[in-house]
Amino acid sequence: MDIQQCRGRILIGKPGLDGHDRGAKIIARSLRDDGFEVIYTGIRRTPEEIALTAIQEDVDVVGLSVLSGAHNELFPEVLKALHQAKGGDIPVIGGGIIPEEDIQHLKELGMYEIFTSGTPVQTILNTFREATEKYRQRKHKII
Amino acid sequence: MNDIDEIVKGIYLKEPRAIGRAISIIEDGDQRAGALLKQINAKNIQESTILGITGPIGTGKSTIINQLIAHYRKQGNRVGIVAIDPSSPVSGGAFLGDRIRMMRHAMDKDVVVRSMATRGKQGGLCAAAAAAVRIMICSGCDPVIIETVGVGQAEIDVVRLADITILVLAPGVGDEIQMMKAGIIEIADIVVVNKAECPGADSLFMELENVLHQRNCTVCRVIAREAYGIEKLAVFIGVIDKERRKSGQFTNKRKQTRETEIIDYAIEMMRDELRRRLKEYPGNYTGDPRTIARKLIDDICIAELDTSKRNCPEVFL
Repeated sequence: MDIQQCRGRILIGKPGLDGHDRGAKIIARSLRDDGFEVIYTGIRRTPEEIALTAIQEDVDVVGLSVLSGAHNELFPEVLKALHQAKGGDIPVIGGGIIPEEDIQHLKELGMYEIFTSGTPVQTILNTFREATEKYRQRKHKII
Repeated sequence: MNDIDEIVKGIYLKEPRAIGRAISIIEDGDQRAGALLKQINAKNIQESTILGITGPIGTGKSTIINQLIAHYRKQGNRVGIVAIDPSSPVSGGAFLGDRIRMMRHAMDKDVVVRSMATRGKQGGLCAAAAAAVRIMICSGCDPVIIETVGVGQAEIDVVRLADITILVLAPGVGDEIQMMKAGIIEIADIVVVNKAECPGADSLFMELENVLHQRNCTVCRVIAREAYGIEKLAVFIGVIDKERRKSGQFTNKRKQTRETEIIDYAIEMMRDELRRRLKEYPGNYTGDPRTIARKLIDDICIAELDTSKRNCPEVFL
């Protein structure tokens, strides 16, 4: 039983009432093919459910997909719920139909990165890799 | 959340962050794993029951677990779930999807779910499964339910780790010839026919009863999505658990499991040393592998005996 390592653990979540999860599933599969272990919450989750799942699963990054236009409400609520569950240090990456003018604001609130439709998958994977590596360095640091 | 003492304290205080991190430390083979495992000697480990749920792909293992969680929560128990899915042999990644069926318990702090990937291990479990179970028991979970990957016939590791193993089948997975084959079906404690409303379920149920009545194995019918038959399944589990604890079978099996786990670890720890020695060994790539293996082991034993000769009773020399 040679133990094989994975690149990292990612939670892909879909907060809110939007049921369009093709994008979330494509990202989940691409991450899997890039060597990540991916946990998917399924559609229509509350920010609290996503945060508590992220904590239980001890993931390295949370990825959120919102296509309903409610990203300005839902992304910050997930950040808040994570913070309350003592997981404020976990990086959160968002994606969906998000107007250019909202991106800066969301990043200022603490989102690690925001991707809009049409972004090449490799760009997204690279960002997940970078965020994971940074987080795992802290996670496995001995003090 | 990096200090081992803090994590250990957190496990006993049922803190989700500590439990999650502890399992990661073991799973990733973090340097602190040894120190952590040393400190989590669960006193309550004998009181808690470990259930194994196994069965082919798509028979409804996760959905049954979802219903069992609801049942045990109603009784006031804190429940732990270790849900295992396969790692990709190509990328090493995994898609862990068991949890989707259990999301209705996501806000319940007394339902501890951990999704794990096999990370190259065969047999239906992952290497850190036993440790994850122990961590959950330490945090007060009883029962802890292990869900294996979707299995074929021979992935039987779960039978070793669990106190009670439940095999989940559904109509359409095979005819009576499949029921006659050797493997998991011979050692499961309870066999569940899920999707009992579907065509073929009754004949599957009868075939199973036919094959299994000789060895006193319970067969039951459930419709997991509607929670039909779940209470009855839980009663069967309870009866078996009670009987085995009374007869001593429970303790015996736990002892055996422990022994096997220790030997597995010992072999795993020897692997690096064996690799190192094999490189130095002349002619290691020709000749009969079994003979060379024997020689490797003999050499290690002789070296060991040389250093400890003075204290060693003659009979062992």
